[in-house]
Amino acid sequence: MTTSEPAGRPRIFLVEDHAVFRAGVRAELGDAVELVGEADEAAAAVELISERLPDVVLLDVHLPGGGGHAVLRGVLPHHPEVQFLALSVSDAPEDVIDVIRAGARGYITKTVSGAELLQAVYRVAAGDAVFSPRLAGFVLDSFAQVGGPAPGLDPELDQLSPREREVLRLIARGYTYKEVGRDLGISAKTVESHVSSVLRKLQLSTRHELTRWATDRRLV
Amino acid sequence: MWVRIGFVLLAIASGVMVLVYALAWLLIPMEGSNENIYSRVVCDRRGIRTVAGILIPLMIAVQFITSSLHVPFVGFLGWPTFLALGVVILIWRNADEPEKAFIDNDLVPLLGADTQDGKGRRWLIARVVVGLLIGAGGIALLVEGHTTVAALKPIGGAALVIAASVVIFGPWWLSLVRDLITERQARALAEERAQMAAHVHDSVLQTLALIQRASDDPQQVVRLARAQERELRAWLFEDRLPGTIGEEATMLAEGVGLLQRQVEADHGIAVQLVMVGDCPLDDALRALLDAAREATVNAAKWSGEDQVSLYAEVEVDTVMLYVRDRGRGFDPDAVPEDRQGIAHSIRARVARFGGSAVVRSAPGEGAEVQLCMPRRERVK
Repeated sequence: MTTSEPAGRPRIFLVEDHAVFRAGVRAELGDAVELVGEADEAAAAVELISERLPDVVLLDVHLPGGGGHAVLRGVLPHHPEVQFLALSVSDAPEDVIDVIRAGARGYITKTVSGAELLQAVYRVAAGDAVFSPRLAGFVLDSFAQVGGPAPGLDPELDQLSPREREVLRLIARGYTYKEVGRDLGISAKTVESHVSSVLRKLQLSTRHELTRWATDRRLV
Repeated sequence: MWVRIGFVLLAIASGVMVLVYALAWLLIPMEGSNENIYSRVVCDRRGIRTVAGILIPLMIAVQFITSSLHVPFVGFLGWPTFLALGVVILIWRNADEPEKAFIDNDLVPLLGADTQDGKGRRWLIARVVVGLLIGAGGIALLVEGHTTVAALKPIGGAALVIAASVVIFGPWWLSLVRDLITERQARALAEERAQMAAHVHDSVLQTLALIQRASDDPQQVVRLARAQERELRAWLFEDRLPGTIGEEATMLAEGVGLLQRQVEADHGIAVQLVMVGDCPLDDALRALLDAAREATVNAAKWSGEDQVSLYAEVEVDTVMLYVRDRGRGFDPDAVPEDRQGIAHSIRARVARFGGSAVVRSAPGEGAEVQLCMPRRERVK
């Protein structure tokens, strides 16, 4: 994976309701980051994050008191500079898409290694998006359901470009950004900009298909 | 007059409730058994014969006596009485233990046999006395009704008889229904707990035991923990019981998930699965899955890595499947004999159904097997 280490140690805030997992993350990140606080439920998290303004918030998708997206909706309107990285053990796509749409800059599963977690934290701290293969799959799946843009909606936001689709597919296949770039003959930076653009579409798209897709998946 | 109508309405209301309750008791099977009392009663031929053999002659005798005494209404009431008696005997014969306990606990207090405290006893006596008075009044009216032309009298009498039974039995019915509701709730809760306990025992506890036994083999511990994690997740989030997807996978996503779990369990490698879209499985797609499994197992055996990526996407007219590892890789043009055989089996498998397989690898670069299968049945 490409490493873009920021100048100083990123300031991290951890929102997670399992004490055991919090301890695990603390141990794995170690001295590479500065841990500025922890919270185990949504309301306290919003308050503390707004007060301490960390670089990156590691956010559990499932939280008592409203879930991860409640934290995002509480913090982002006032402090858009705070970056969020979603963490989850849950495989439910609608929950993951939900926090991404609420403004998280990436999603990784809780089973990642310490090194991968650190990579993701650095990347999010640098303002980049972190697409795990699983998230890439969810996004492809959510955009694949439509034959064409629904009438009355912005086609720019409702569809992925062929290039974006290619990039997501390679990420879903387990390629790193660097490997994706090599495979497509583009730079890792261009890959990153495609991914960010997908993230933007996902967050801005108002098409009802996304909702319908999530509902369909819930029923499956 | 209004009082009578009130009594009739009351009787009908509570009478219907009791009837419904009785029917439910007869027809709804007990927890854990798949037949109800009714079906057991109907199947109990010997019981029916015995009861009929005793009751029918007895009833005929009673009929004779009553008709010779010129009190026809007793004979008229005799039929249903004997029928009811027979049914009650049959139910008792066929009730199983919990039902017998139920009858013991609820029917015996009805007779006042075990009402120990004075207040309860006084209340019971008062109830029975009032009931008997109203009942007697009703019967008197009925008897009278046969000699007069007033059409309302027999009806009023019947209403009084029913009202009498309501006064006597009403509170008991109420407590019965209340008990039944609380009992149902308790039973549902207990059942859920039992199911949960059974599952946790079969999966989690077994795995924990295995992990303790294999505590000196970290790789085995990781493999067990991973397999258990998959299974629990499937149970919690996808509502699937472990082992139920088995051979009868009918959808591609199910089949790929099964493949993932099996390879993880058998080869101690993490299979990172990403699935886009889904479609029904046919023979061609089963062949594709077999080839993918072969490729995944290869990666587990040869790559030297502990993780392999599996990506499947359903497109309009093809299904694409990629198996990728970041392991030591190899030169596809210079592979040893036995491995070429394996690559061959992957290729031959999908080629039989018009699919294709491409192996991309170079030493030190990992390996990727790209599988493609045209779809027969397209999405509408």
